[in-house]
Amino acid sequence: MLAPTILWLLALVAAPLVLMLLYSFAARISPDSPWPQGLTLEHYARLADPLYLRIFIRSILQAGLATFFSLLLGYPLAYYIARSPLHKRGRLLLLVVIPFWTNFLVRTYALMVLLRAQGVINSILTATGLISEPLNLLYNEAAVQVGLVYTLLPLLILPLYSNLEKLDARLISAAQDLGAGPFATFWNVTWPLSLPGVLVGCMMVFISAFGMYLVPDLMGGAKSIMVGNLIQNQFLQARNWPFGAAVALALAGVALVVALLVQRAGGLDGGEVRR
Amino acid sequence: MKGKRDWLKLHAVLVYVFLYLPILILIVLSFNSSRTSAVWKGFTLNWYVKLFQNRLLWEAVQNSLIIATATALIATTLGTAAALSLHRRQIRGRLWVEGLLYLPLVLPDIVLGVGALVLFTALGVGLGLGTMLAAHVGTSISYVVLVLRARLADMDQRLEEAARDLGATPWQTLWHVTLPLLAPGILAAVLLSFTLSLDDFILSFFTAGPGSTTLPLRIYGMMKTGLTPEVNALSTVMVLVTGIATTLYLRLTQNRI
Repeated sequence: MLAPTILWLLALVAAPLVLMLLYSFAARISPDSPWPQGLTLEHYARLADPLYLRIFIRSILQAGLATFFSLLLGYPLAYYIARSPLHKRGRLLLLVVIPFWTNFLVRTYALMVLLRAQGVINSILTATGLISEPLNLLYNEAAVQVGLVYTLLPLLILPLYSNLEKLDARLISAAQDLGAGPFATFWNVTWPLSLPGVLVGCMMVFISAFGMYLVPDLMGGAKSIMVGNLIQNQFLQARNWPFGAAVALALAGVALVVALLVQRAGGLDGGEVRR
Repeated sequence: MKGKRDWLKLHAVLVYVFLYLPILILIVLSFNSSRTSAVWKGFTLNWYVKLFQNRLLWEAVQNSLIIATATALIATTLGTAAALSLHRRQIRGRLWVEGLLYLPLVLPDIVLGVGALVLFTALGVGLGLGTMLAAHVGTSISYVVLVLRARLADMDQRLEEAARDLGATPWQTLWHVTLPLLAPGILAAVLLSFTLSLDDFILSFFTAGPGSTTLPLRIYGMMKTGLTPEVNALSTVMVLVTGIATTLYLRLTQNRI
């Protein structure tokens, strides 16, 4: 009984990709028919326009930075949970899973309440007399970065934890018995063994951040928009579907290449990603 | 060693503070009587009363529940059947099937969202609850299959073999052995696809029509028109519901087969 699933996925996932491919080469769309007409490469050429290239570069930088910060914050935490006594682990993990399952908009909103002009941070700083004018903590690239890390961090911690949990503690003891210091043990034993988890976690953060729409839309300004916002804009406001399709396919291409690289590197073996 | 563990613990505490402080502040502010400022002006339940009187919001909740329930039922039924087939049989073109199943897990939501919009427009299908449901099922199936295949891989093969050796037909084996063993996994898949659908913003954003506004779409609308205390109250309710649901989900999934 595989057929219904295959058909559903072909219709709702594969067919739209093929349609978008057709659109992305379309010279024009006539108002009376939704089907694309003509053939051109101009929409892909337009991706190289500095205006759009800058959005792509910004998205890659933001996603890369968010991945880096998530790893910096998430790795020690995942390691700490995995090395905690068994009876504590469940509770510590639950504390990561709850934010992960909490509605994305609610979490973004919580940050906005903290950062906005009449928000909590500005109110405290004004009340203590440290500042007289509210700081612009929201609607810039830094705010978007904070939002990305805040919302995506659990995506890195969870797969990394399930990897570190399986790490054989005897290997660490063996390294220490053989005279390795804490740093040498980490660098030569723990880190290499945890690489599959690191790769999957980083991939999930990077792909989610790179295609993010909500965080830059709500927390960013006009100068900090990312690829996701460009796609939304082309489809719903500018109504340039062929160009929008080209941008969407470029985004899909980056996501697929990253996923394939991670799989090639052995990160997705067993494909176990716990949600 | 002791010192290293202390540093790790301090780091862990700080990361948890980072994750929870904004949410806790939001919960506190949902009881604040001031409409505009973050400064505490006294306790009130006013925003909760306003929330429960908001007709548009209740319509959105209703739509969300309809879509999420339907998504969970369809995606879990189809996904369970698919996971069983993939587990059991040799399939021609397995690589293509695996690739197709992985696509929704790897592609950014916005690509799937605009893709669905393009598809429905090209077909001339009016946007509404139906189109939204079709899109939600399209992505949820992959998660259902992922969860159930992990369960099936963990399952003791010998139990099925024993049933067959004792003369059970394939259907009897499926009905009396495999499915009961898989039940916690199926329940987890139902909860997973339900929550994915309930939480979804992007797919709904591109496939919703007039009258099919879901809760996340309504919250987005409220956030776009300004941060009001009603949103604080609504967020608090949602955090509570999520906390309970997550605890339940983990209970279910930790009873591994």
